[in-house]
Amino acid sequence: MTLSYILTILVSGLKLGAIYAIVAIGYSIVYGILRLINFAHGDIMTVGIYIILVLMNRAGLPIYVSILASVAISVFVGLLIERLAYRPLRDATEETTLISSLAVSALLQNILLLCFGAQRQPFMLPGFLTQGHTIGSVNFTNINIITFIITAIFLVALFLLLSKTKIGIAMRACSENMKAARLMGISVNKVVMVAFAIGSGMAVIAGFLLAGEYKTVYPSLGFVPGLKAFCAAVIGGIGSLGGAVAGAFIIGVTEILFAGLMPTSYTAYRDAFVFLLMVVVLLFRPNGLFGSTKGERS
Amino acid sequence: MKTNVKLRDCNLFRLVCFIIIPLLFLVFCALQPKSYITGLVITAGIYIVLCASLNLINGFSGMFSMGHAAFMAIGAYLSAFLTLSANVKMNMTPGLPGWLIHAQLPFGVALIIGGLAAALVAVIIGFPVVRTKGHYLSVVTLALIVVVRAVIDNQDKLTSGSRGLKGIPTKSTILTVYIVVIITLFLLYRIVRSDYGRGLVAMRDDPTAAQTLGINLVKKKISCFAISAFFAGVGGGLWAHYLTAISGASFYFTKSFDIVEMSIIGGMFTLSGSILGALFYTVVPEFLAPLENGLRIGGLQLPSMFGLSNIIMALFLIFLIIFRRQGLMGRSELLLDSWFSKDTYLALFRKKDYARLAEGFLNLFRRKKKAES
Repeated sequence: MTLSYILTILVSGLKLGAIYAIVAIGYSIVYGILRLINFAHGDIMTVGIYIILVLMNRAGLPIYVSILASVAISVFVGLLIERLAYRPLRDATEETTLISSLAVSALLQNILLLCFGAQRQPFMLPGFLTQGHTIGSVNFTNINIITFIITAIFLVALFLLLSKTKIGIAMRACSENMKAARLMGISVNKVVMVAFAIGSGMAVIAGFLLAGEYKTVYPSLGFVPGLKAFCAAVIGGIGSLGGAVAGAFIIGVTEILFAGLMPTSYTAYRDAFVFLLMVVVLLFRPNGLFGSTKGERS
Repeated sequence: MKTNVKLRDCNLFRLVCFIIIPLLFLVFCALQPKSYITGLVITAGIYIVLCASLNLINGFSGMFSMGHAAFMAIGAYLSAFLTLSANVKMNMTPGLPGWLIHAQLPFGVALIIGGLAAALVAVIIGFPVVRTKGHYLSVVTLALIVVVRAVIDNQDKLTSGSRGLKGIPTKSTILTVYIVVIITLFLLYRIVRSDYGRGLVAMRDDPTAAQTLGINLVKKKISCFAISAFFAGVGGGLWAHYLTAISGASFYFTKSFDIVEMSIIGGMFTLSGSILGALFYTVVPEFLAPLENGLRIGGLQLPSMFGLSNIIMALFLIFLIIFRRQGLMGRSELLLDSWFSKDTYLALFRKKDYARLAEGFLNLFRRKKKAES
């Protein structure tokens, strides 16, 4: 157990955390406004990965073009889902929308199953992305650096969007108090659509990074990482973006540390560990680590 | 003249439609234990137990649990340990304590112990779980599934790991399953109709008011969680003794979501809804299955499309939740009310009920005529 080993797994933990952060933000924005746990979020991620795969391998498009096209298509899918499955339920209880999102999740997974089959397909990142470097004694690859840069760009962009633009302020108003926001003349539907568009688009980027990590794609790939990202958002305090990011990094790093440092007979418990972590946090901080304490949540 | 008598309110009609015909059908199935339909009917019965117990917690108490698969797994594994022979257990699961390896109990006792174990786990985890509200509770119960799955897959010596348990004796027949179904439904029906059950509904509708009236919310939530888990454990035991081979994968998210889906389709606010939902969920995919394997319509051969029946079911669920949120059964407790009421059975000997039946039929025709004119 050398220092360089620990530093190396720390880097991969941070990378995983960065990926979770991108997904968790999507969860958190939507949850903040609609109080909806969008289980389909992880599956939109999978849809995006498959689209990238098809465009890259079958249509032979370059990787940047396929990613951008996939983002566009997935944003459309996300908006479509919102329009058809969630908007009719605007006035329903939390549980009802939860079930609707479960149904959408099953729908997406099975559509992928229908189109691509259940077998795992290889997903290889282009060579220049996986090229490794060593600084001091720490190993990392180009994709690690790109992941951090992308996450940083997203965070800054989102921060600017939420604090400087009109629609961003409207989104914050809606997550604060939807009724009051509507009375102030904010179009809630528009705000929700923007939230879904941002969430879906970012999910695709995260999906691309995640599939690069797993090196394989299958229809139910996104579901568990999606749930983990949700755990991250809960740990950080759902609805708060900074919290979601912090939670994601906490989960990513502890998950990798757990897998890397515990004896091998325990490493298989890493998913369970993440969920337990969330339960423990919820026990002591029902609103998450950085969640607001006012009002009744949790 | 009474004109408001509806056919479904006639005791005799209920007796024939909800009791005699299903019973005859069950007897018919029991006489052909090997047939495909019998398998479906057994599956439906097990789903009824699971779904009814889920309705108790999701529909009546207002906590939305999605962790049923975890309790099923506990019940399934423990009851399987109790019915497997010692030799098999020595080979497959040598890590079990000695007394459990040598224990071999009758099926019914094994089921109950499996259920009790699930209830015990529910009480233990209940304390943290019931502290969360709304759909946080759903996610925490989902977490429970992940944890149970991880334990099952990784405790090789105890559970035979991801290879799973094999060779569990086939004890879930039409007879045993439906005896359990009737007992479960009867007990749950009594619970729902008791003070305790009314307290649950009060808690669901307005926790603060219920608390003011002297209901101990924590106690109520945990006990309800435990009762539901007990029957989920029993259902898991039945499931294990029907499949005869189980592994952690049989009790993962999908299983939980299936049961939640049934409960929503049938209607989660009544126990009758769970019966309808379980039947619907078992039967309808069977009709959709030919589509998946490539249906032949006339001379046209459709390609096989895996996942299609699930797609249709998911779309159906979305439509249902938009247009009929209370489920197919709505808030009517029609089935159980007629099963567990003396009047339904005594109607055979009462003249007045025959008169009512006639009245009901007449009204049916009258309404039809009215609709036509």
